[in-house]
Amino acid sequence: MKSAVVLLPGLNRDRDMIAALTKISGQAPATVWQTDTEIPDVDLIAIPGGFSFGDYLRCGAIAARMPVMRAVAEKAAKGVMVIGVCNGFQILVEAGLLPGALMRNASLKFVCRQVKLEIANANTMFTRRYQPGQIIRTPVAHHDGNYFADADTLARLEGEGQVVFRYAEGTNPNGSINDIAGIISEKGNVLGLMPHPENLIEAAHGGSDGRALFEGALGIAA
Amino acid sequence: MIKARITVTLKNGVLDPQGKAIEHALSGLGFGGVGQVRQGKVFDLELAETDKAKAKADLKAMCDKLLANTVIENYAVEIA
Repeated sequence: MKSAVVLLPGLNRDRDMIAALTKISGQAPATVWQTDTEIPDVDLIAIPGGFSFGDYLRCGAIAARMPVMRAVAEKAAKGVMVIGVCNGFQILVEAGLLPGALMRNASLKFVCRQVKLEIANANTMFTRRYQPGQIIRTPVAHHDGNYFADADTLARLEGEGQVVFRYAEGTNPNGSINDIAGIISEKGNVLGLMPHPENLIEAAHGGSDGRALFEGALGIAA
Repeated sequence: MIKARITVTLKNGVLDPQGKAIEHALSGLGFGGVGQVRQGKVFDLELAETDKAKAKADLKAMCDKLLANTVIENYAVEIA
């Protein structure tokens, strides 16, 4: 299974994402730059975390309007899997590929710690290697992860099982509505989440709770 | 040339923790009687366009496409 990683100025978790995808899939992902208008044929496109364009205007706002994101939207419309982590999630909501918005943390503080995540929907390409309701650990590191959606959108997300990850056991680090940590598109191929599963894939990271997400998405045996 | 000002504000019902912190800081400075504080953004733009109606339409498109996130924000366009 082939993957690609989107590169934008100001991202800083791109190397982590490339390392995780290389280790798990056995081949290095293709990389695509912000001005690229075509993305090679891949099964999974990853948008890493960081601070694209210095978080100017709103987190992810400028990145979401770069040419590469039109190419991502075209691929997503064809059913290619897309995962956005942290700033990648912010970029996906700014690009309109996922609903809602990510606002400043309710505490106004940057949070960098490990949280517990509940698998709220294990019936997705990304979470099929987890059990429903399973609690996993993942690191978070963000200033703007406070997910917000209007009441109608929220009801639809909850009703359709589009809430995939929830902060568990009182670990909500940002005030996110309904403890939402990650959501998936209606068609089930675009996932955005604030936590960093790519940073917990092997013993050297202190655990591998995030590994099954990539193995599931890439269809790789555990 | 047309000069314009765009004001972007949070929609009602959207939590504004920054506004809240400013509200607390103002009361800490002794400004009593300050109710709710909501933080927003102001953009001053210069346009080469000379037709005001056309400029206004362009400015609205700019807000919808980039300057405001209409999920959480409202905007107002003023032409000088």
